[in-house]
Amino acid sequence: MCATCGCDSGGKTTFRLLDKDQQAEHDHKHVFAAGHDHAHSHFDSHDHVHNHSKTIIEVEQDVLLQNNLLAQRNRGYFDAKNILALNLVSSPGSGKTSLLERTLTDLKGQLDFAVIEGDQQTTNDADRIQATGTDVTQINTGKGCHLDAHMILHALQGLKPKENSVLLIENVGNLVCPAMFDLGEKERIVIISVTEGDDKPLKYPDMFHSSTLCIINKTDLLPYVPFDIEKVKANAKKINHHLEIIEVSCTTGEGLQVWYNWLKSKVLLPETT
Amino acid sequence: MHELSIVMGIIEIAERQAKAADATIIDEVELDIGTLSGIETEALEFAWKQGVRQTMLEYAVKKINQIAGKARCLDCDAEFAIEKYEDACPICGEHLLDIIQGKELRVKSLLVS
Ligand SMILES: Nc1nc2c(ncn2[C@@H]2O[C@H](COP(=O)(O)OP(=O)(O)OP(=O)(O)O)[C@@H](O)[C@H]2O)c(=O)[nH]1
Ligand SMILES: [Mg+2]
Ligand SMILES: [Zn+2]
Ligand SMILES: [Zn+2]
Ligand SMILES: [Zn+2]
Ligand SMILES: [Zn+2]
Ligand SMILES: [Zn+2]
Repeated sequence: MCATCGCDSGGKTTFRLLDKDQQAEHDHKHVFAAGHDHAHSHFDSHDHVHNHSKTIIEVEQDVLLQNNLLAQRNRGYFDAKNILALNLVSSPGSGKTSLLERTLTDLKGQLDFAVIEGDQQTTNDADRIQATGTDVTQINTGKGCHLDAHMILHALQGLKPKENSVLLIENVGNLVCPAMFDLGEKERIVIISVTEGDDKPLKYPDMFHSSTLCIINKTDLLPYVPFDIEKVKANAKKINHHLEIIEVSCTTGEGLQVWYNWLKSKVLLPETT
Repeated sequence: MHELSIVMGIIEIAERQAKAADATIIDEVELDIGTLSGIETEALEFAWKQGVRQTMLEYAVKKINQIAGKARCLDCDAEFAIEKYEDACPICGEHLLDIIQGKELRVKSLLVS
């Protein structure tokens, strides 16, 4: 049983903190049940002599309450350490890891970073992050299609991001499920690429509604694909009038400076340096 | 399929409440689900069948109250029904909306014995 949150261990989610020197890849295999194993005593099948009368229980409880409480707890941790936590969401292959690689390389020495990678399988993305020299924990969710606050809580235990750092969380590639699960992040960033079709915001409104920044990636491919960037922006704004939009190409580097400026504007510098 | 996580959440809440009330059977569970909550009814049905197996909810009757979306226009203050986030204000045509109803995802009540 996990002392921090009381969860039962023996589940399917695994955590792996990647070390900077690759050979010492020790396993922080704090494993817990994401799809909790239920070892309940179920209703008895004995012959009832006594009478069970029926009772109504007024529950009125938010199903996501547990996740939201843990997210608040993560948020408190981030606030106390002045960590800027960002949750990056997109369909598979929109360029989340590419954006992180570019960012970590280009801003090296300017900001402190730590990364949490969420994927169903493999440590491929974490390996790519580690190659930039950044601390990274890989969460493998197995069949799980999203990260939740509970997983982040455990990933933080191994990762221990520095004070005043930026924590980049790459969610599982999926434009539906991660929308419902607050991780305790400060900002949610939805990434779409120009090869995905310009009706993405209308098809996946929850994600665009819950994000604060939308990055349109792979603009270098605009000459080759039918993608009406103005239409996408208009549709995204219809769904969420607070949404900021930045166009980039991780391949050519075009527009990345705008993203870096956005990022730096969100970092609250400590009192003394 | 985040619906399975949602079903797990429902089971956790329902079982905790039922046990606290010393009940052994959950006969009925009543859910409030907003049309803007991000829950697909079909996916929920599918996840439900998988999720409730061998739990106190296995034989429970599930009642779903669908709660319609409602928004307030930040420009003209009108309140109106919406089906999608992209909908415009029917009075002034603007898209500056506050969602005031439809995001519910709640276990409302249980009938236990
Ligand atoms: N042409 C072009 N290709 C890009 C750009 N950014 C990323 N790619 C390519 O898109 C593919 C997917 O990029 P990733 O960064 O792995 O995408 P991801 O969102 O992390 O993918 P998942 O983690 O699987 O969800 C790779 O082959 C990248 O090289 C870009 O700006 N332009
Ligand atoms: Mg990736
Ligand atoms: Zn735990
Ligand atoms: Zn747990
Ligand atoms: Zn009995
Ligand atoms: Zn899902
Ligand atoms: Zn209006």
